[in-house]
Amino acid sequence: MEIPYTVSTRPDTGLWNAKIGIWLFLASEVMLFGGLFSAYIFLRIDAAPGMWPHGLLNVPVGAGNTAILIISSVTVVLAWASLKMRRYRAYWWYMLVTISCGVIFLTVKLAYEWPQKFEHFGVYIKPGALGKYEKYLGNERRAEKGMEPRIEITGHLHSQTAKEYEVALDPVNADPDNPAMDRPHFLPLAVTDKIATIEKADVERATMFLPTHSAYFASYFTITGLHGLHVLGGVLVFIYMWLPVSKKLYQRNPEHLANRVEVSGLFWHFVDLIWIFVFPLFYLL
Amino acid sequence: MNNPPDISQDPKEYEEYAHGVQKHVRGYLMVGALLLTFTAITVALSYVDFGTRKANIGIAMLVATLKAGAVAAVFMHLAAEKRLIYRILIFTGFFVLGLFWLTLLAWYDYPIFR
Repeated sequence: MEIPYTVSTRPDTGLWNAKIGIWLFLASEVMLFGGLFSAYIFLRIDAAPGMWPHGLLNVPVGAGNTAILIISSVTVVLAWASLKMRRYRAYWWYMLVTISCGVIFLTVKLAYEWPQKFEHFGVYIKPGALGKYEKYLGNERRAEKGMEPRIEITGHLHSQTAKEYEVALDPVNADPDNPAMDRPHFLPLAVTDKIATIEKADVERATMFLPTHSAYFASYFTITGLHGLHVLGGVLVFIYMWLPVSKKLYQRNPEHLANRVEVSGLFWHFVDLIWIFVFPLFYLL
Repeated sequence: MNNPPDISQDPKEYEEYAHGVQKHVRGYLMVGALLLTFTAITVALSYVDFGTRKANIGIAMLVATLKAGAVAAVFMHLAAEKRLIYRILIFTGFFVLGLFWLTLLAWYDYPIFR
């Protein structure tokens, strides 16, 4: 028995079934990401001064990934339009570009961005010991300018003993009084060879840039991780629609394949739409 | 049960149909270029000091909303969709705003943090 209304429209809704299905699914997705974004707002508004890091992510890489997702959104809609015009060869190529974009996005995220964070180290200094590390924090000048205090020293963990951490400093802590360090740089600056020795007795918390580092990284990894899972899901569906099995469907009923591509494309555009908000919220602001 | 494909087998009619779709394709490409441009603008604006952090966030979110609106209206075809889809989205908007409102309530619940 054939599944009804895969191509023809239902008289009562005026739509084919999968179209309603995907929009109901996207409605549930809005609630899922809405919950996470509202948690983000809550955590950010309530963050104590200096507790919401700024400028720790690689902006050119994030912007590049945004461009990749936008390009893939264009190619998936072109793939659908090609099917509508019965140009299977063009569809095949557009779909291949879309899949490649998804794979590049995930590779950049999982093989470059996240591992880079896992290697980075941050030390939160106890409020009473902040003055001792003034040469790495530059808080006197910041206070004069009415800026939030720095309470964390970041860089690469060089070595540690039972009593001390030795940290190869990020430029922001190596040269904290330089006004150029007040705002994040577009091109990330490499860790310096200046080493700071921090006594463990002065440390409130020390960790790599993991979800346990701060509410910022907890939200970053949760939201980008969930978003990445959506990208992976979309790529797997697109691969199925790109394989020869879908060509058989095209030969049997091209409009059915076009509709399948339309609903999976709607999902893909939604994934792009989420990233449009994720990118400025985490990378730029 | 399924309808036959909605494209005519007649070469002349097919040509007209393909030409109509081709017009949409040009629109998709233009919106894609616009989105890429606005991404560059978002990055550039984040390095401009608008006085307060709140102002910078507000401006970035405004640009992001414009971009998201273009994706929804053109790529997701919401500019001309069936009424039922709009109804689903109105309900979704209502509930997601409720969710954000609950966050606001929670914020006022714990004055000890401020």
